Amino acid sequence: MKLIFEIGSEGRKLSLLPECDVPETAVPEKLKRRSELHLPHLSENEISRHYTKLAKRTHGVNDGFYPLGSCTMKYNPKVNEETAALKGFTRVHPLQREDTVQGSLEVIKTISDSLCEIAGMDAFTMQPAAGAHGEFTGLLLIKAYHTDHNDSRRTKIIVPDSAHGTNPASAAMCGYEIVSIPSAEDGCVDLDALRAAVGEDTAGLMLTNPNTVGLFDKNITEITRIVHEAGGLCYYDGANLNAVMGLVRPGDMGFDCVHINLHKTFSTPHGGGGPGSGPVGCKEFLKPFLPGYQITVDDSGMYHYSVGDKTVGAVKQFHGNFSVVVRALTYILFLGKEGIPEASSNAVLNANYMRKKLDDLYTMAYDTTCMHEFVMDLSELKHRTGCSALDVAKGLLDYGIHPPTMYFPLIVHEALMVEPTETEPREVLDEAIEVLRKLYETAESDPESLHSAPHTTVIGRPDEVGAARHPIVRYIWED
Amino acid sequence: MALLYSKSHEWVNMIDDTTATVGLTDYAQSELGELVFVNLPEEGDDVEAGTPFADVESVKAVSDVYSPVTGTVAEINEELLDAPGNINEEPYEAWMIRVENISDKEELMDEAAYKEYVSTLSEE
Repeated sequence: MKLIFEIGSEGRKLSLLPECDVPETAVPEKLKRRSELHLPHLSENEISRHYTKLAKRTHGVNDGFYPLGSCTMKYNPKVNEETAALKGFTRVHPLQREDTVQGSLEVIKTISDSLCEIAGMDAFTMQPAAGAHGEFTGLLLIKAYHTDHNDSRRTKIIVPDSAHGTNPASAAMCGYEIVSIPSAEDGCVDLDALRAAVGEDTAGLMLTNPNTVGLFDKNITEITRIVHEAGGLCYYDGANLNAVMGLVRPGDMGFDCVHINLHKTFSTPHGGGGPGSGPVGCKEFLKPFLPGYQITVDDSGMYHYSVGDKTVGAVKQFHGNFSVVVRALTYILFLGKEGIPEASSNAVLNANYMRKKLDDLYTMAYDTTCMHEFVMDLSELKHRTGCSALDVAKGLLDYGIHPPTMYFPLIVHEALMVEPTETEPREVLDEAIEVLRKLYETAESDPESLHSAPHTTVIGRPDEVGAARHPIVRYIWED
Repeated sequence: MALLYSKSHEWVNMIDDTTATVGLTDYAQSELGELVFVNLPEEGDDVEAGTPFADVESVKAVSDVYSPVTGTVAEINEELLDAPGNINEEPYEAWMIRVENISDKEELMDEAAYKEYVSTLSEE
């Protein structure tokens, strides 16, 4: 298929942009570019066909089952799009006077209050653009807190070895030294290792619960107590909140601050590079450090901006990705207090249903009731048949199923991590179970056909090594 | 000179009592898969037995490489920076660093012991 740069012809254009309705100002001479901007010239028809063609070559939640572990690829209700497209939200500017954007302020206030209730926190900032940005912001709060207490000895962040790679990366970006602690046999935090790791130099702990292998850590309150007794703070990575929203609260587990992935747990589109939204919440004692704006409401019902007196400063402009926030609030209000925990319960039920219907064939990394996702270990299959987790993942493509997450978490070899989410009906799960069982048999009877899978897609096995070693990241025009 | 091996799958070639080259074993490269990036220390850096001195990236993951010896980096194999695949193709030729002033070593295995050790791993 041709790139967008290779189609169209000089002079073709479209008229989608509305007329300018504000006074024009000339760009100062010194800011103007000296060479002409090279852009493709296309008609609306050509653009439309180009992107439709691209869309047909991909697989999204709207195409079929997408059990990509740790990514919560749930269906995003279309009503979210309707509210996000309301003119009162799309035709406003963050620099407008408060009294002209009361509706938008009410959105931020309402979702902050809802997320406080769900997470067991006292305040939220909407600024962080996604999960890792939220992690970084949460660590800024922890750092600001210790600095405010003139405690400069706390230079280390404890991260379990099953954590998402972004955890240690965010801590390092924040200037912290990482202490990685091993998981115990049962996949949970090794308490003795944690006790040995904490001390006067502990700034905090980063943890996700349920953890990366889909298990709820039974010792969670003991874990946060150990860290608090050493003087550290506890950060909750909301990556896996979809298993427990409305059922158990990070604040009650002993966490001091959290981030929540609105784009995962609260059903806004993701997977195509964003925009996401990773609001950060905290307990009262960290509130003064929050970045961005808090919304307060006065006696007359008017909403106002307020900024914490010890704020760490902005981590993004204004109110983050506001239109994503509108979508997430729509979802929260649509589900309500009963629907939110029900969604999580169904996510857990779906994962356990699939796990139980597969565990006589596939080896489960941890043979116990899981939360919203489970991890299969294909080492034995690979050893015996030569078919790896990658081969099985590729085989799924031939049946119109997006592969699960592969080779993660790193503590499980040949891992396939399956997260069905709550938005799939039983028939879809049954079909996926049947396909996975069939692929297992194919691995035994005809491994060659799996090595060369997929056979039906436009692209089979992209040259990942070549792409990593010699990436081509821009188009070079011929002239 | 026979190679010595660490539990974290590095090999050591002792050139004399205080100088050695260090690389990754065949088992390590086959477990990691095709390498796409190698990050090496700089000449003059100190390395310590049992702590990471480099990292290697495959399409699967980034992994630390641990130094089996304590000493100073005398030379790095710059060729690997442009051709990380050399480690996959000829793991025992593709040395990563040459260390001098070696003052300490991890507990290392000879070839027979390392083979035995690797065989216990793949049974798991």
